[in-house]
Amino acid sequence: MTGALGKDLLGLESLTGDQIRLILDTAEPFKEISERAIKKVPALRGSTIVNLFFENSTRTRISFEFAEKRLSADTVNVSSSGSSVSKGETLVDTARNLEAMRIDMVVIRHSASGAAQFLAERIESNVINAGDGTHEHPTQGLLDILTLRDNFGSLEGRRVCICGDILHSRVARSNIWGLTKLGAEVAVCGPRSLMPSAIDEFGVKVFDRIEDAIEWAEALNVLRLQLERMTSGYIPSSREYNRVFGITRERLDRAPRDVLILHPGPMNRGVEIDSDVADGPHSVILDQVTNGVAVRMAVLYLLAGGKPELAEAAKGGSGRGREEDRS
Amino acid sequence: MKPILLRGGRLIDPSRGIDEKGDLLIARGIVESVGGKLGNPDDADVIDCAGLIVSPGFIDVHCHLREPGREDVETVATGARAAAAGGFTAVCAMPNTEPVTDNQAAVGFIVRQAQRAAAARVYPIGAISVGQAGKVLAEFGEMVGAGAVAVSDDGRPVASAQLMRTALEYARTFRIPVIDHCEEPTLAAGGAMNEGIVSAELGLKGIPAEAEEIMVIRDILLARLTGGHVHLAHMSTRGSVELIRWGKERGINVTAEVCPHHLSLTEESVRGYDTDAKMNPPLRTAADVEALQEAVKDGTIDLIATDHAPHHYDEKEREFADAPNGIVGLETALSVVVTNLVKDGSLGYSDLIERMACAPARIFNLPGGRLEKGSVADITVFDPKAEWVVEPSKFLSKGRNTPYAGMALTGRAACTIVAGLVVYRSGVSA
Repeated sequence: MTGALGKDLLGLESLTGDQIRLILDTAEPFKEISERAIKKVPALRGSTIVNLFFENSTRTRISFEFAEKRLSADTVNVSSSGSSVSKGETLVDTARNLEAMRIDMVVIRHSASGAAQFLAERIESNVINAGDGTHEHPTQGLLDILTLRDNFGSLEGRRVCICGDILHSRVARSNIWGLTKLGAEVAVCGPRSLMPSAIDEFGVKVFDRIEDAIEWAEALNVLRLQLERMTSGYIPSSREYNRVFGITRERLDRAPRDVLILHPGPMNRGVEIDSDVADGPHSVILDQVTNGVAVRMAVLYLLAGGKPELAEAAKGGSGRGREEDRS
Repeated sequence: MKPILLRGGRLIDPSRGIDEKGDLLIARGIVESVGGKLGNPDDADVIDCAGLIVSPGFIDVHCHLREPGREDVETVATGARAAAAGGFTAVCAMPNTEPVTDNQAAVGFIVRQAQRAAAARVYPIGAISVGQAGKVLAEFGEMVGAGAVAVSDDGRPVASAQLMRTALEYARTFRIPVIDHCEEPTLAAGGAMNEGIVSAELGLKGIPAEAEEIMVIRDILLARLTGGHVHLAHMSTRGSVELIRWGKERGINVTAEVCPHHLSLTEESVRGYDTDAKMNPPLRTAADVEALQEAVKDGTIDLIATDHAPHHYDEKEREFADAPNGIVGLETALSVVVTNLVKDGSLGYSDLIERMACAPARIFNLPGGRLEKGSVADITVFDPKAEWVVEPSKFLSKGRNTPYAGMALTGRAACTIVAGLVVYRSGVSA
């Protein structure tokens, strides 16, 4: 049961530009389903999906669950607390036990980089990485890119700057890979103490000053500043962070053009982003959330072996596209 | 004990400048005669060494045998047999056991376990500090009396410069080296691999080369201050090589070792989150490997040691950041060095033997390291041309954690002799 993406979606680094475009194109017809009164198509009817969340998540977990349910899959949510994981069971044992119950897919969120790949190599089910440590968060990268594409038409030559804690951000990595593969120019901006020391080898532009980044960029993807970065001494305070790196109305007003504002959430208003920017006319933050469901539907559908050209038909409600492919 | 005649091998002893084809006779545990054709004196057991190299026994000054405490992953006996299978006639066991080998009773226990194993010799290394806690100096004198040959807090590096200074001073009385695992603890904290582009891409916390180099230069300067002998364990960076060179040029009493994996693999092996590529110090860059190879050739690095570190399968079969550091090395060390340094002609067999047999014996003041009439008959016979594929399930070590699994390597021990007794012979443990 291997489709155009292979067995798993572990990251955007391992995908080609064409594969990324395929996911985005497949997401397009799925967008409409969520706008219907009856938000359901039978494309994954009979499939069983486990959402295995070892780390807290609200947005991503709910987004996946909606995507699964709108494709008619049967879903189970497992979180680390209150499960066998909290009794000391290893990741691979947890997954193998779930698989022994005959499941089709696992969506995994885990605090360890590489956890999704580790799992994918050890079970036969499709594995979707919903964020592994500080490595990748491919569906977030895809929904960010879909949102940019909705606004720009094409990513080719577009200038996108990712702002904030690049060092610890899986969202940043997935965005860098995905955007680069689609021909965008990518920059990062943030304190050097929150940037990999090898950032210059990533093939991205680096801005030390947010003013320079804003002057350059057509879109800013503003990352959440984790509060533990202060307690562990990477930066002195969130107050100074806002003064030096915060995306403020005042800074944006000096930009030579309108700058599109993205944020993967959840936001720290008044820290990395000011409220009047987050709620302003160029913010597409809620569009990202909406697109998240469509992108995840596309990923689930393609990994299940669905034919991209049949996504439109699947949307129509026949569900046959998938059945034919599985035979 | 019957005499043994090693017939027709290539006898190499760089300590005496010997490299010639000939016979070697062993009797009563000592070398009786070296070179020439000896016929078959005294009804000796004859071992045909045609096409093989006869060398002073290899000595690994850095391995972890896990006993006492983790007998499920290795014991002195299984480690000593694995060592013999790898061509080592002696190994030095690090003290990070449970409990820590930090007193004469604990040292004596390892000596007795080694005697019972009757495979490769095992020399205990005592802890620098009680419990390896980095606070109170352990009793070097009594530990040396019980058989310890060096001291180290390996695995729990000495953070305090004052403690390291005292250890270097105090160790002078007993003429033993102080071995340091060079790692600045605050820079290395939480690190899982080399810091660089690969760690940045994989989202793993990196350990910068500087975490090692800061401690290398600290230790060299403390050796200068104290006149003590510091031995730097498992060097992994180009910068460390430059600092050691700097120290040696000034006559400072510093010696250093490198592991086969740091001479052959880079951080690229970590891609895919292979926990068998996780060790500390981590695999570094191609430039580091090149500098370390050069340092082995020119003698800046004195010797090759394995840092053999067996772990249980379950402990390695997990998320990369949570997996323990270390790989087994006793049964692949010779082959990895031959394959990566000797085969292309950059390192001669004489240099290999200097780094794996002579230098360890000389620097750690151990028996062996020579092919000479009257010297102890610790001899390694190896086949420099043997081709084999690494199958961890066939290791005599209990550990299976190796990044070389499935790799084709060249060169392998054919026969290991300790005190005139064959303890390993081509695939059969004696």
